This record gives sequence, structure tokens and C-alpha cells, in this order.
Amino acid sequence: MSEERIITYAQAVREAMIQEMERDEEILFLGQDISGGAGREAEGMGDTWGGSFGVSRGMSTRLGAGRVMDCPLSEAGYMGAAAAASTAGLRVIAELMFDDFLWLAGDQLFNGAAKLKYLSSGGQSCRLTVRTVTGGGLNAGMHHSQSLYGPAAHMPGVKVAIPATPYDAKGLLIAAIRDDDPVIVFENKALYGVKGPVPEEAYEVPIGRARIARPGTDATVVTISRMLQEALEAADRLEKRGISIEVVDCRSLSPLDEETIVASVSRTGHLVVADEASGRCGAAADIAALAADRAIDFLDGPVKLVTAPHAPVPFSPTLEKAYLPHAGNIVNAVMESLGLAGSEG
Amino acid sequence: MGQPAAVGSGSEAAGGSETAGGSKRREVCQMEISMPAEKLASAYKTMVTIRKAEEAFQKLFLEGKVPGFIHLYLGEEAVAAGVCLDLRQDDFVTSTHRGHGHFIAKGADLKKIAAEILGKETGLCRGRGGSMHMTDVENGLYGSTGIVGGGFPPAAGLALAAKKRKTGQVAVCFCGDGSVNEGTFHESINLAAIWDLPVVFVCENNLYAQSAPQEYHQKVRDIYRRAEGYGIPGISVDGMDVFAVYDAAAAAVKRAREGGGPTLLECRTYLFSGHYVGDAKAYRYPEEMRYYQTERDCIKLFRERVSGEGLMEESELAAIDSCVEKEVGAVVAFAETSPFPSEAGLTQHVY
Repeated sequence: MSEERIITYAQAVREAMIQEMERDEEILFLGQDISGGAGREAEGMGDTWGGSFGVSRGMSTRLGAGRVMDCPLSEAGYMGAAAAASTAGLRVIAELMFDDFLWLAGDQLFNGAAKLKYLSSGGQSCRLTVRTVTGGGLNAGMHHSQSLYGPAAHMPGVKVAIPATPYDAKGLLIAAIRDDDPVIVFENKALYGVKGPVPEEAYEVPIGRARIARPGTDATVVTISRMLQEALEAADRLEKRGISIEVVDCRSLSPLDEETIVASVSRTGHLVVADEASGRCGAAADIAALAADRAIDFLDGPVKLVTAPHAPVPFSPTLEKAYLPHAGNIVNAVMESLGLAGSEG
Repeated sequence: MGQPAAVGSGSEAAGGSETAGGSKRREVCQMEISMPAEKLASAYKTMVTIRKAEEAFQKLFLEGKVPGFIHLYLGEEAVAAGVCLDLRQDDFVTSTHRGHGHFIAKGADLKKIAAEILGKETGLCRGRGGSMHMTDVENGLYGSTGIVGGGFPPAAGLALAAKKRKTGQVAVCFCGDGSVNEGTFHESINLAAIWDLPVVFVCENNLYAQSAPQEYHQKVRDIYRRAEGYGIPGISVDGMDVFAVYDAAAAAVKRAREGGGPTLLECRTYLFSGHYVGDAKAYRYPEEMRYYQTERDCIKLFRERVSGEGLMEESELAAIDSCVEKEVGAVVAFAETSPFPSEAGLTQHVY
């Protein structure tokens, strides 16, 4: 067993792409400013941006500008092109710089790519992986901080993965790239710097499989994306009060790992779902409904959803801090579900 | 070298006969200044205010006092100043993620702009928007947006409302060379053309779309030529020369206001800043950056011209400089001492 190698979430994402692209020459990577200085490679000015968060730095130098292609500001154009190219002999990774831009590519992804396999009865599918970045916490404002995996997961025909750790970031992305169906991977911008153990070799984390991040007995807290870290913090605080929570990281929203979630709630009898997105018609509500149906005999308290309020993501630090769900909210929700007094500020 | 041949060359552009839309390129060194004498001081003050305010915001950012990130307008001052000079308070402007200059030139309160950038309750959007998402309805500033291309349809729509209501208002849409690759550019300019809407599309061509050089992301670098495809007038001017910008913009605004329909006005400009503060600009030619900063500084060019032709006294220019410096200092102090918003208002005004 090799020593644990610790790298960042961003490094894990880059490694996944490089390893897959070196293994499979059919893979093309498209996106805005993934390289930088496009067209000036011969002058030594290529690869001078490397993605908004430096995730793809070095890739065009290593793999060539022909395989790591900067795109103009034409999200519908290059996403639609990526989807179709992925049915015609290529395997494509296409980056959407922020998930707030999802709507610009929406028709091509959800009316086009998502429905192709169904229409063709399996004859055609899009070997497309869309990488995008979600979430707030960086005071980036309302057009650069949204969490839009809920609407994506609602659409039949695309798979949705939301890694919350460096290990899952690499494994889910590799699985997504190798998957012959369109997958949208929502990376979290506030997690790019987080470090964790990541094996050097290529490996897959199956799409559609949740992970029990921390076993527990009194309540289940299902988390989406960065709420994993908040829930683990909440778990430590609750432990001091003698309460043991089981933290289940979704890792994928579509398909959703219903079995793991239902099994956990059936053991603990209480469910809290934590999601940074706002609540109305969101992923957390879907998970709550699942429990209300399949774990109803085991539920001993109300299902509590910890989500952002129903409002755009505000810019100001004081507002954004109050807006984004955090460990204290999760602690309170667990207490409420257990019918216990004593909330946190 | 990536510099387009026409910039700074002073030579007549070759190619392109007059089209139905009247597309043409106007070169540097206007033979005659069409800006009325009484507006000279205002044009200068606007450019200097943008310059000094942006430098102050840059300093605040580097001191860690600006949350998130900011996109500065340094170098492009002449475009906003020249375009907005003849606009009425109730004319509309749609802006971009690089909007501070537009807001200043259109008459938004500088104190409120600064407070918004710092995320304070006294900001234009009470801290909800920040640098990239500001709006000032009172001054016709429909809004800046973090979505490139998001301002095109609104500009057409505001012009549509003005036309239907016969108010005489005009809409100005600021955009960049990168943004005209968005589908919304095509859709909106076509709407404006077929409906003869009172809108001026001002394209700030600064040769880069974030890190992508223009020669990579667009085959035809003369963006004004696209106007011909829509059957509207297109014009390209030296965006570092506020006189050239004003001349073309004033005519386009007047034409729109009098029912003559839209114009595509390309202003060839250059960004002294990086894409955002912190950008190392490694994708740009060093000689190109040096050239624009030393020889095409719009403020320097203005001073040289008005001094050389005896249009303004040095003392008047210096007085404006000093006045602006004081104002910017007061604005920064206001913004820094303003309170942050209270979380009690988190879900106000959602619907």
C-alpha cells in the first residue's frame, strides 16, 4: 500500500483530465480561457491563463493546443458543437466557466444532448463531459456564485456529479469522461484549494453512488457538494452534545443513490438534507420526498432541509455569510428533527 | 506582432466602399473637433474621474478591502466619456462586468459606486450586487452583468419601449470585442435593425476577450463591418481619442433620437489593466502594452490637443485634476466608513 499522496481538489481535476487524455487520443477539451494566449503558442505566449481557477494550467503545453482548445464567448455554440462532436467519433470534455452560464448552453445540453439517446433508442449517445464550477463563498456576486445542479439533475438524459473531495473530484471526473452518456460535473469553487489523499493511478468513482463520510446513529445528514465539510464540522459539535450523526455525501444527483440514503435514514430515523442552493424545487426537496416515501416507517421526526434562502446570492460579505448555509444551521436542524432544545447562534 | 495595422497609423483604411448601411472607418487625428467648447471640461473631468477612481479601487483591492474581484476600466476612459457626453439623464445604458467607467460617465453617484464595490449598505445596490452587478435606475443605468452578452437584448428592449412611448430616449449598449461572438449580439442587433430602434451599440474593441487575442477569436477584426450584414450604419473610431469617440457617438445618438435607427460604433481601445486586478497579462505583447500606455493614453492625448490648440488653459486642467483627486479621496473615505448591510434584509425585494 503506497503512502497517501495529498493534493488539492484542483490538482486532482487536472490530473484526471491529463491521465484520460493521454490514455485516449479521441478526447478533446474545449472551454473559455482554459489555455490562454490562444494562437500565440509559437511566440511562447500560449497556456498563459489555464482556466479561471488555474485548473487547466499546463494542459495545452503538455497535450497541444489542438486538443486543449480555447473557445470564443459562444456557450451555446461550443457546447452544442461539443455534444454533437461527441457522437461523431470524438470524446469531449467541455468546460462552462461558471454554472451561472448554464442557461446560455441550456437548449443545446437539455433539449439536444440529453434527449439524443432516447430519441435514437440507444443508437446515439453523447460521450460528453461538461465540467463547470458551482457555489458561493468567494464574494463573486450573483452571476458567479449560483448552485445550479438542481435544475440540471431535473433533466432526464444527463447525469450530474458533484464531488466534494479531491478523491471524488478525480474519480468522478474520470468516470464521467469514460461514461458514454452526457455527464455534467459541478466542481465547487470554494473547494479547489482543499487538500486530500488522491491515488496517483487513474481510478473511477461510480456515478450514482453516495458515500457514508461519517457513520452515526441518531440522525442522517445528507450533503450536497460543499455542505459535506459543513456537516462534518456540525458532527463534531453535535458529538460534544452526545449526538451522533451519520453524514452521507451524495456525490451524484442523477442518478441518485436512493438505496444508501434510504438505508441510512432507516437506521437513524431522522433526516436533514444540507444543500447550498436555495430550497424551492431543489435537490434537497427531492431527497426529502424519497425518505417520506420509502423510509416513512422509520422516520421519528420531521425531515429538515438546510438550504439558502429564496433570494439571489448577495455580494456583500455580511450578506453572503448570512445567506450560505453553515455548520450551525445543520446543528440546529438536527436538534429540531430530534425534538431537542438548545440551538446554536 | 499582433497590433492591427490601422491603429495609430494615421493612414486611410483601405477597402470597403460605402455600403447601404454607411460603414466606414474614421482614422485618428480628427481634422476638426466637433465637441462644443463648453463640453471640453466635462469630457476631461469624466476621463480623469474614471482614471483616478479606478486607481483608487485598485489600491483598495490590493489592500484587501474589496471583496470578490474587480475588472477595471483603466485605459478605456475616452470611450465612456465620449459616448455619454451627449446623453440625457433618462437615456438608457446597458453595461458589462467592466462597468465602473460607464457608471461614472453616465452620472451615477461616485460615492455610491465606491460603496457598492466595497459591499456597503450605502452602495448603489445596497451591497447586493458589487462591482459586476450594479444598477442605477435614476440615471438610466439598466445594469452591468456578469454574463457576457447579457446586455444586448435589454438595450434593444429599452429602445423598443422608448420608441413605442415616443419619449425620445435613446439606449446605449456597451460591449466588448469578445461579446460580439455571443448569439445575443446577433439577435439584438437584428431586432434593432428591423424595428429601427433608437439604440447605439458601442463595441469597446480592446483586442482581447479575457486571455484570448482578437485575432484568434474572430476572423474579421473590424467589428464595425458587421453592421453591413444587418443593414445599419457601422463606424470605427480611435477609442483613445475622446474627440473621435464623441464625434461619432453624438451623431449616432442624434440619429437614433430623431428616429434614424441603430448604429454599431466600434471604438478601438486598449486596457491598461489586466482582465481583473491580479492578472499578470502574460498573453499580451509587452511592446504593445508599452505602446498604448505611453503613446495612446487618452488623457495625455486630450491635454496635448487642447493645450496645443489653445482650447483650455493648463491651469484649468490642473484645477480639474486637483478637484477630482479631492473628490475621489472623499469618496473612498465615505465608502470605507459606511456600514455593511444587515442580514435582516436578505430576502427583501425578491418578489
